[in-house]
Amino acid sequence: MSDTVISVENLSKTYRLGVIGTGTFFGDLNQWWAKKMGKPDPYAKIGEVDHGNREGETLWALDDVSFKLQQGEALGIIGRNGAGKSTLLKIMSRVTAPTSGMVKVKGRIASLLEVGTGFHPELTGRENIYLNGAILGMDRAEVNRKFDEIVDFSGVEKFIDTPVKRYSSGMYVRLAFAVAAHLEPEILVVDEVLAVGDAEFQRKCLGKMSDVAHAGRTVLFVSHNMPAILRLCSTAIMMDRGKLVKQGDAVDVTNFYLNNNGNAEGEVSWTNESAPGTEEVKLTGIRLVDGEGKGKSLVEINTPSYLEIEYDVFQSGLKFRVSAGFNTQGVVAFTTNEPYETMHERPGRYMSRVEIPSNLLAEGEYTISVSIFASKGLKIRYVRAKNVFTFQVVDYITGDSSRGDFSQNVAGVLRPALAWEKIYKG
Amino acid sequence: MKLETTEQENWSLIIRPQRAWWDLRLGDLWRYRDLVWMFVWRDFVAYYKQTILGPLWYLIQPILTTVVFTVIFGNIAQLSTDGLPPFLFYLAGNTVWTYFSSSLTSTSNTFTGNAGLFGKVYFPRLAMPLSVVISQIISFGIRFLVFLAFLVYFMVSGSDVQPNWWILILPVLLIIMAGLGLGLGIIVSSLTTKYRDLQQLVAFGAQLLMYGTPVIYPLSSITNEWRWLILANPMTPVVEVFRLAFLGTSAVSPLWLLYSFIFMFIVLIVGVLIFNRVENNFMDTV
Repeated sequence: MSDTVISVENLSKTYRLGVIGTGTFFGDLNQWWAKKMGKPDPYAKIGEVDHGNREGETLWALDDVSFKLQQGEALGIIGRNGAGKSTLLKIMSRVTAPTSGMVKVKGRIASLLEVGTGFHPELTGRENIYLNGAILGMDRAEVNRKFDEIVDFSGVEKFIDTPVKRYSSGMYVRLAFAVAAHLEPEILVVDEVLAVGDAEFQRKCLGKMSDVAHAGRTVLFVSHNMPAILRLCSTAIMMDRGKLVKQGDAVDVTNFYLNNNGNAEGEVSWTNESAPGTEEVKLTGIRLVDGEGKGKSLVEINTPSYLEIEYDVFQSGLKFRVSAGFNTQGVVAFTTNEPYETMHERPGRYMSRVEIPSNLLAEGEYTISVSIFASKGLKIRYVRAKNVFTFQVVDYITGDSSRGDFSQNVAGVLRPALAWEKIYKG
Repeated sequence: MKLETTEQENWSLIIRPQRAWWDLRLGDLWRYRDLVWMFVWRDFVAYYKQTILGPLWYLIQPILTTVVFTVIFGNIAQLSTDGLPPFLFYLAGNTVWTYFSSSLTSTSNTFTGNAGLFGKVYFPRLAMPLSVVISQIISFGIRFLVFLAFLVYFMVSGSDVQPNWWILILPVLLIIMAGLGLGLGIIVSSLTTKYRDLQQLVAFGAQLLMYGTPVIYPLSSITNEWRWLILANPMTPVVEVFRLAFLGTSAVSPLWLLYSFIFMFIVLIVGVLIFNRVENNFMDTV
């Protein structure tokens, strides 16, 4: 007797690209008639060769994907946009059917592809809890039983009899997530719902989800948030262009993902036209490297890394400095700049490099903004590139970071390793 | 690898590319019956909350339509009403017909109107049009009460109308109309996932069909030569029997209801089959 609760077998899904048919009954009829009479297709674009077959191109959103999930396993699904993660979830949620292959499931499956699905703006919070509960598959008795818990979790008890159209977007999302979080299915499928709400609420959601995972239920979790995946999931799969490219331990897979996408996301570069900057100075690239100069977009919290900013200077004799701002969790964690404005005697390509010491940034995603400016004498801003580069900081909790052996959430955008002492005072 | 062990396990759900055409999963629909009622209740509550006049609309609409009919068809065109008071005659036809036509038009956008919801969460899709047909019964009920009030008024004031035991057949009339509206509606909604223009056709078609049904004229005013055409319309016996039951005149044998019933049954089955076929993959085309 195995405890496999989900078995995905050779699952494929294709989409036909381009316009299929003309979209109207009259149009299709007209097209069919023209074809029959041997006339050219009235809807073909001018200059487009009419091939006769309107198959269009086929996109393999999922290509022969197979994996199994054990009872109580929390599986993270990662991959770039368009890798097929959402298609996989849609099939598992029965929103759309696969083209071939099958998924076998044991137990009740609930999916949160979006919170607040089916909320009606005119109805009150109370009424929407019942409606949304029913849409998600709960019966009345079940909602009755959990009603107080849901209201409590959402934190909107004061407004429970107000139509939700008067709610702030934050309250709306909180209420919606609260209903979904109390579904108690055997299998929970979640897609990035954590991207909503404030930091406090996100923490609450993650907590609720890890409760679900630890209560022996099976969780499938799609996210771009690597720390969240690492905290919640024991195993992970990585998808790329519809194929399952790696599966295994969550740490290995996220590592593999971040390092392999390092080329795509761990470095940005610009061609001349699109480069941020002015006629005098233009950015050409930003890169994050380790001590050996190897590019990466994943930084372990206890190793140093280096941010390299490259730019072209087109005039001789410019004086400026480079600065970089680090944003995370919706705030600027800090900004750093070259201490002095330096003279750039010759035009050409320059590179400014700054060390990001170990044990400085907290876990999570950091977005970098770069500016190049002169503030002495003539004030000129040559480059102002906001949120142009992203990287992740992870902590594998090996014991030698500032966490020590503490494995739960640690708040804050910085996490320096500070020395603690304890003195016995009698 | 022990693949053979998995063969014997009891999976509670298997998601496949295509279900067999007869696999309607009506059991699923039954499990989600609470949802059907929630939708009915939502439609009802949301409707009242949005309007100032609320339930008054249910009164104003049929009365105004009937007044217009009375003036145009009764007074100007001088169509026969089988010797019945014209106002009551048109009100009766309008009351029944509105239930059918509003069931049809509001179920016909099931897929296109709910694409956002259907794209995010699974529930038996049939729950949606089913709930629409049920919530239309509520508005029928209100219109029916209006009709009864006028019926009593006309009887008291001495008009020659004779309600009789046929009124007990009203639930059957409702079932036939609900089935016809639902069946035709979901056929159209299945087709509109590909052809949006069919939606316009429905609103227009329903209006035209009214003139092919004895709503503004009695069947008795149609010559024998053409009567078969009007009788081929499954709504004809429904409207005629309704008038027979409440007003006491009709040119059709109530046995014709059997025809309507069979017609409804076939349309409903065809509709559910097509709907079932489309609901699998409609998210990719809508």
